[in-house]
Amino acid sequence: MSEAPQSALHHAQCRHCGQESEPGQEFCCPGCRGAYVLVGDLGLASYYAKRCLDGSTDFTALRPDEMAAQGDLSAWIRPAPEGRLSLTLMVDGLSCGACVWLIEQSLLRQPGVVSARVSLSTRRLNLVWQAGMADPAQLAGLVQRLGYRLLPCDPARLASAEEKQARELLRCLAVAGFAAGNIMLLSVSVWSGHAADMAAGTRDLLHWISGLIALPAIAYAGRPFFRSAWHALRAGRTNMDVPISLAVILAPGVSLVETFQSGPHAYFDSAVTLLFFLLIGRYLDHRARYRARALGEQLLALNAVAATVLEADGTRRDIPPTALRPGMVLLVGAGQRIPADGIVTEGASEIDTSTVTGETLPRGITAGGQVYAGTLNLSAPIRLRVAAAGEATLLADIIRLMEAAETRRGRFVQLADRVARHYAPVVHVTALAAFLGWWLLGGMAWQDALMIAVAVLIITCPCALALAVPVVQVVASQRLMRSGVLLKSGDALERLQSINHVVFDKTGTLTLGRLTLVNDPPARLLRLAAGIAANSRHPLARALAQAATAAPVLSPVEECPGQGMIWHGPEGDWRLGSARFAGEPDDGTQMAVLWLVGPRGEKVRFDLADELRPDAADTIAQLKARGLAIEICSGDRAAPVTAIASRLGIDTSHAQMDPAAKVRHLQSLAAQGRRVLMIGDGINDAAALAAAHVSMAPASGAEISQSAADIVFQGERLAPISLALTTARRSHNLMRQNLMLALCYNLAAVPLAVLGFVTPLLAAIAMSSSSILVILNSLRLGHSTRPEGGIQ
Amino acid sequence: MTVLLILIPIALVLGGLGLCAFLWSLKSGQYDDLEGAARRILFDDPENS
Repeated sequence: MSEAPQSALHHAQCRHCGQESEPGQEFCCPGCRGAYVLVGDLGLASYYAKRCLDGSTDFTALRPDEMAAQGDLSAWIRPAPEGRLSLTLMVDGLSCGACVWLIEQSLLRQPGVVSARVSLSTRRLNLVWQAGMADPAQLAGLVQRLGYRLLPCDPARLASAEEKQARELLRCLAVAGFAAGNIMLLSVSVWSGHAADMAAGTRDLLHWISGLIALPAIAYAGRPFFRSAWHALRAGRTNMDVPISLAVILAPGVSLVETFQSGPHAYFDSAVTLLFFLLIGRYLDHRARYRARALGEQLLALNAVAATVLEADGTRRDIPPTALRPGMVLLVGAGQRIPADGIVTEGASEIDTSTVTGETLPRGITAGGQVYAGTLNLSAPIRLRVAAAGEATLLADIIRLMEAAETRRGRFVQLADRVARHYAPVVHVTALAAFLGWWLLGGMAWQDALMIAVAVLIITCPCALALAVPVVQVVASQRLMRSGVLLKSGDALERLQSINHVVFDKTGTLTLGRLTLVNDPPARLLRLAAGIAANSRHPLARALAQAATAAPVLSPVEECPGQGMIWHGPEGDWRLGSARFAGEPDDGTQMAVLWLVGPRGEKVRFDLADELRPDAADTIAQLKARGLAIEICSGDRAAPVTAIASRLGIDTSHAQMDPAAKVRHLQSLAAQGRRVLMIGDGINDAAALAAAHVSMAPASGAEISQSAADIVFQGERLAPISLALTTARRSHNLMRQNLMLALCYNLAAVPLAVLGFVTPLLAAIAMSSSSILVILNSLRLGHSTRPEGGIQ
Repeated sequence: MTVLLILIPIALVLGGLGLCAFLWSLKSGQYDDLEGAARRILFDDPENS
């Protein structure tokens, strides 16, 4: 059993999470020490050796947060067969196969646990235990002590109809593949037989067998197309599935007649191969979309917090926020997000409203004050009464605005659909013309004329067309996902490539949305201050503690809420807090300031401010270089907005905009013919995100803005924006190339088919080679460029 | 050509077995977590010591 690798740098690395720790210390914090000991006690210490096998090196998310309390899980527990209970939890911090192994093994060693299964692709843990034999809260606590964050989720909501549909497509694909392979085997013999005098009896036998395989396979695997074609026809429309269904039904039908009459040609192979290729395209398309949506749901679930309801008899109960009813009394602890709009009934605290108003500095609140869902309660626990449904709640207002904006946005028609809309009637008309022409004018028997019409349908069938767009989308979205950009809607890339205007929100989008230390105090005093600050959850204190994570936590510390902290050190008392608390004059700056005053007259000031994202200036410059117009729309006051705008070289900025004003502004831009990319993170941006042509939100943003945005990007950098733009433009070019390729192919082959020269062999070759060409062309997207910028 | 009467059924049965195996594996959830399965293979079951 080998030890975890340790760096020989003067700063040691924590043996559990790999973050910097004090020189000579093995762990960065007591939580990590606890986790390391726990892993050893479970007999799973080989985890630390195993995780290096995977090649991933970033385990910084593994730092156990001692303050993360697990709420009541009972609302999410579901009964399972044989007297068992099951619970599905979302796991945050999962980075590799060894993590999966560690979580599963540590849970399986607990008495009563029947099965524990972690899925790395969906990041979900499914836990099954014998009722009464194990305590779910204790099991969840065990995993949390290892450093993973757990969030309950409802499997019924996640296992949607889409997952079933994906399975159906895969089943159809398997059946079509089986049939296509076997029939092709027989067809090759028939085609060789045409050249080398195969006996008619043998040929008929092979045709009969092909038919016997093809007919049930088509009946089964063709259902997705038949269904969609039927829906379209019933609604009086036509779509690409109509000619596909026609070809796939007519070809084997005519071939069956041909086989009865012991004719030389049968199209069973073409029909099934066609179906096979089309199903590949359909499956890829579905997977890209489903994955996008599943990611969106996952993001929402990660942010969803349980609400603690205070019952009339004083007992507490945790329920999902969706189950909240007006009039309920909620308890919101310090550092928790407020789950619903309401009125404070008891307690006084400070609220971080940056996601709602865009303002960085916290706002004080006392009993009787109104608080909004999504804002952060900072300093002290409060009780609040959930606002009645009829009352105008902010969230309800914003959702109304969002819905209105979405309906006004108009339906975006994807490139493939636009092409298909024009292409489908052409296919019908050509096939019909070929049939009528040969039958009435050419004097051919109607069976032979029909055969030619079928050949036209098969050869013009948009096999490559159906692959052209989905393959590019899958490749592009996977490439983006590797760089931390998640596409939430299938058409996001297509919308993105056409934009000519970018609107940014300020707080949390251009800036980090949290306070960071901006001045440069002496290192020794900073470490001391960080050690004191680590004892508090106040945002200023947390920001200071973040500035020097390696500092040891100091104790005993006494906290005076709303003022500061006192550390009773060996040399005397150190005071960390506001200017007044530290006995300094308040100079009334806008910035958040903390003072540290020592027993021997040491005195140092810490300036904290919401800093720009590290590459904001570069990104803005790049976007400008692309010829995009850029502006800022913020809810914050004018002074900070213009300051940021001038630092970044943005000419147009709008301050103090409420959600409705942002929407109005975007709509007026759209009316001027601008196609706008909106980037925002706050609740107040949600409606604007929905109103824009396309929208992006950082993963650190409010859940509602992430659900409204088309694209979500992770990390502290803005580089994903230009990466997404580049990828969108490249993939749009590839899609167009693919469509051109496919169309040229079809245009060249159609005259042959109409003139009756196409044999089943020719149809099969044309179809397969055009499909493969399109797939190969699409794969260039994944290979030709290096991935730029990664996840931090 | 009578050999065809034996060979074709054999080919179909073998292919059919493959198809059934795939459908079974799909149904038993083996395609639900492809990423995890690829990594899981690296680790032994715990040594019961």
